[in-house]
Amino acid sequence: MTIFLHELRQGKVSLAIWTASIALLLMICVFLFPEMKDQMDSVSEMFASMGSFSAAFGMDRVNFGELTGFYSIECGNIIGLGGAFFSALCGISSLAKEESSHTAEFLLTHPVSRMRILTAKLCSVIFQITVLNLIVWGLSILSMMAIGEEIPWKDINLMHLAFYLMQLEIAGICFGISAFLRRGGLGVGLGMAILMYFLNIIANISDSAEFLKYITPFGYTEGADILTEGCLDTKLAALGMLYGIISIMIGYVKYLKKDIQ
Amino acid sequence: MEIIKTQALTKYYSRRVPKLLQTGRSSKKYAKSRGIVDLNLSVSEGDFFGFIGPNGAGKSTTIRILLGLLSSDSGTASIFGQDIKNGRTDLLTDIGYLPSEAIFYNGMKVRDVLKLSASLRKKDCSAEAKRLCERFQLDTSKKVDELSFGNRKKVGIVCALQHMPKLYILDEPTSGLDPLMQREFFALLKERNRDGATIFLSSHILSEIQRNCNRAAIIREGHIIACDSVEALSKTNAKRITIHGIADASGLEHLRDVQKSEDGISFLYSGDINALIQWLSQNHIADLSIAEPDLEEIFLHYYTEGGEEK
Repeated sequence: MTIFLHELRQGKVSLAIWTASIALLLMICVFLFPEMKDQMDSVSEMFASMGSFSAAFGMDRVNFGELTGFYSIECGNIIGLGGAFFSALCGISSLAKEESSHTAEFLLTHPVSRMRILTAKLCSVIFQITVLNLIVWGLSILSMMAIGEEIPWKDINLMHLAFYLMQLEIAGICFGISAFLRRGGLGVGLGMAILMYFLNIIANISDSAEFLKYITPFGYTEGADILTEGCLDTKLAALGMLYGIISIMIGYVKYLKKDIQ
Repeated sequence: MEIIKTQALTKYYSRRVPKLLQTGRSSKKYAKSRGIVDLNLSVSEGDFFGFIGPNGAGKSTTIRILLGLLSSDSGTASIFGQDIKNGRTDLLTDIGYLPSEAIFYNGMKVRDVLKLSASLRKKDCSAEAKRLCERFQLDTSKKVDELSFGNRKKVGIVCALQHMPKLYILDEPTSGLDPLMQREFFALLKERNRDGATIFLSSHILSEIQRNCNRAAIIREGHIIACDSVEALSKTNAKRITIHGIADASGLEHLRDVQKSEDGISFLYSGDINALIQWLSQNHIADLSIAEPDLEEIFLHYYTEGGEEK
């Protein structure tokens, strides 16, 4: 518990900044909706005719004139990228920061097993991501109420759930990588988040790259899919969770035996 | 009872071989560089044990293996009679460790670091922490990253001492401390030692070990080259004698590393000091200095002696 709380204290500024930024951008987007709604019919047509560009973002399959359609594209990208960055940073620095800032020697010479340290750190990463998502979700709902739209609970919840799972997967993978690093690794984390994002865009554009959906967690956060299917792609989501769990397990195995320099 | 015991403890580091050297048959990308080799060490209960060696000799490596930060390649090590591979966590409860470079979480106040350390040990050490902070004149309201090296060291000292462990493992404890604090620190360690605690400290300052420890081991290039009581080790200690005015030291025995210059002579003397004084009085000398040999010379001394025995 001590380490868990200590981790939260260490990460609170970063968590506050990321949560505030994502929530603020999201709310601005929602507030723009009423203004854009009237012009949206023509916009939707335009997007539909833009071919693979709009396909890249799934814009060919949603109706921009509806809140859910608009939300899935505009807000989806904000939570998608923002959340992915935050969870990547959170996961990748979780273990590596102790060695890069030379505090591992302090932490690991106290009578706490590495297993407990790993678990406390993992829990704190999951907790921070959960907090971020809950606040973002809450503020998003509030802003929808503020513009007087009826809230499409099911769609919004499904989308937020998908993003939450995606962030957990990325955090899990980065946590695993973190066990192997000695120096920061922020670049690795951000790079991975961006790579995953673009893999999904490529998968959207080209049918022959469709298999990439099985790799990137953005595959199951696609708003257009969630809206048209009315449910999550459980196969992709489960696969994603599996990736995350495997990576975490590898991280555990590595860190339990790691030589701390 | 043996508090620390290692048997044939060995650790190699794999080191990347520079591209230029990756030629011919030995095109291995990684070479094994020495850490420690076949290290046998035994520290008994109540010892004030000094571990001497130059930088890079393997002092810190040994300590890090004992603490479980590094794993050994072969050999065994035990603390309090228990193998360090099992129950490392339990062992750490009774160990106070002071790293050579005390670094803490940036942005934390000194008192929060001390509290964190105590709560990681599930122990309330606030009374002892307060006493120690007063004794070392440590301001607990400052942030650790704003402290000087010496003051950070003090934070490390309080962290290592506040929970009253049975065994103290101190890696170059006095580096960065001013002489007054060094004296205070050793006085404190001696109190704890008298109360039954065992102290194991590494250093490259010989005089520090000579003054404070009762037993010592000398490590060089990963090997223990001498391990004995400090008295016994000191007896074999040579003195560096530099004489001006004469350039001939014939008639004296137990000389080593004789260096002659234009108007004088310098040598390591390990014989009876009275014989030296007698010999000196028979000669007309312009100037004389008798000094502790520097560390390098001590090691040379033990090294060549070890070689002769073989």
